Amino acid sequence: MTIQEIQEEIIDEFDMFDDWMQKYDYLIELSKDVPQIEETHKVDENLIKGCQSKVWLYATKEDDTVRFTADSDAIITKGIVALLVRVFDGQKCKDILKNELHFIDAIGLKEHLSMTRSNGLVSMIKQMKFYALAFQAK
Amino acid sequence: MALDIQNIRAQFPALHQEVNGRPLVYFDNGATSQKPQMVIDAITHYYSKENSNIHRGVHFLSQQATYKYEAAREAVRRFINAGSIEEIIITRGTTEAINLVSSCLARSLFKTGDEIIISAIEHHSNIVPWQMACEQSGAILKVIPILDSGELDMDAYRDLLNEKTKLVAVNHISNALGTINPIEEMIPLAHAKGALVLIDGAQAVPHVKVDVQALNADFYCFSAHKMYGPTGVGILYGKKDILEKMPPYHGGGEMIKEVKFEGSTYNDLPFKFEGGTPNIAGGIGLEAAIRFIEELGVENIAMQEADLLAYATEKLKAVGGIRFIGEAKNKAGLVSFIMEGIHHYDAGSTLDKLGVAIRTGHHCAQPVMDRFGIPGTMRASFAVYNTKEEIDVFIAGIKRVKLMFG
Repeated sequence: MTIQEIQEEIIDEFDMFDDWMQKYDYLIELSKDVPQIEETHKVDENLIKGCQSKVWLYATKEDDTVRFTADSDAIITKGIVALLVRVFDGQKCKDILKNELHFIDAIGLKEHLSMTRSNGLVSMIKQMKFYALAFQAK
Repeated sequence: MALDIQNIRAQFPALHQEVNGRPLVYFDNGATSQKPQMVIDAITHYYSKENSNIHRGVHFLSQQATYKYEAAREAVRRFINAGSIEEIIITRGTTEAINLVSSCLARSLFKTGDEIIISAIEHHSNIVPWQMACEQSGAILKVIPILDSGELDMDAYRDLLNEKTKLVAVNHISNALGTINPIEEMIPLAHAKGALVLIDGAQAVPHVKVDVQALNADFYCFSAHKMYGPTGVGILYGKKDILEKMPPYHGGGEMIKEVKFEGSTYNDLPFKFEGGTPNIAGGIGLEAAIRFIEELGVENIAMQEADLLAYATEKLKAVGGIRFIGEAKNKAGLVSFIMEGIHHYDAGSTLDKLGVAIRTGHHCAQPVMDRFGIPGTMRASFAVYNTKEEIDVFIAGIKRVKLMFG
């Protein structure tokens, strides 16, 4: 699936929920699906430090695609990380760089990316794109 | 005297709204309190009818605005029982008040090898300015450790004090833990070694009666916005003889007597430290906030909050799996805690969806979190308008969080 198609799929999934607690319960479920970063890569170098919660992100190049592994110490954050990884994992570098993420806003999770939350998710998206850029240049 | 809480709540428009489809429960008062109508009205009225620059104009509006701004200064003096209005410097807040003192003393009093003592439960705003002063002057920063209870280690404090100690800067009440520090005991100990004492009173002023003369503190700082007043205005109380010896802080208008290119002379206290046009509306709003507190009585407010603290502590204990961070015997109206195995971000985000506003994280006191080996806490801090029914909603939310993430 393309990045756009995955985003539409996520939006459809969240459309099923009519209250916040259901969305959060779903994020808790999703948090279990994050391709787990290996302990050896769970180091400060791969840490995207937010004020409230931490996110670790690691990427490898596979042909001309990027494979992501990640983790977070907070479950809600980890659920959102799972969504970000689902959208970008296995995609071509050029597609990761080209596509904007509109699904976060559409499913009502934008506040988790706001300045006050500063939970590292904005930096995570930047870092994912940075990996794509670096691998593309190789 | 028991207060009529419903009548008090009616005066706070911001409390009467829904957040995420639920009635708002506002427990982030340690960060900033909501504002009563009389404060909002005072500010609106100033901008609607009285707006003018102060201290210079000969026209009616300027004189009126000056009169009201200076009345606010007098209200502050009375509120904390300072000896004179010359000792009341109006700043942007507690942070600026502390920076004013640290900056001016770094340029005058502190010398290489001098020692400045702070504590391990300070807000970043009572740490970083002293680090900067040390960098500038060559003075050395010393830190009073805390006990597991969240209380200061007073024996260690006595040991740290010596003839090289030039200043002790501690908070009256810790924002992260709620500990009420024994400043009545700490101030004379510092004075006995010839050191000055600065008290960060940001968390104290809305909750306990402060008498700066009885305390004999050399400096006492606080912010209007944590005491039902507006943001962007705060107070530095300083003893007159000390303030007179200090060099000025910000250069500009208002703070000068005469300006020539060869050199300028500075204004008298308190204006010497108030360069530039101040936050006039903020000062007027602060005066209204003081009236609000004085009408209720600080002692009555303290009793109401102590009641809420006891109730919340008991209810939280009953939930189970809660670790309290800070269990000082003498504690202000806030609970700081962690839920075993649950990240504060998950808990805080979920409570938000249930309409409950609390603070999560390190509360701008990272060294405190390091001391307890945790990344952050959940903090519910109470104000006079909070109720036990709101605590019940909060506890129901905590139970929900436990089910979801536990």
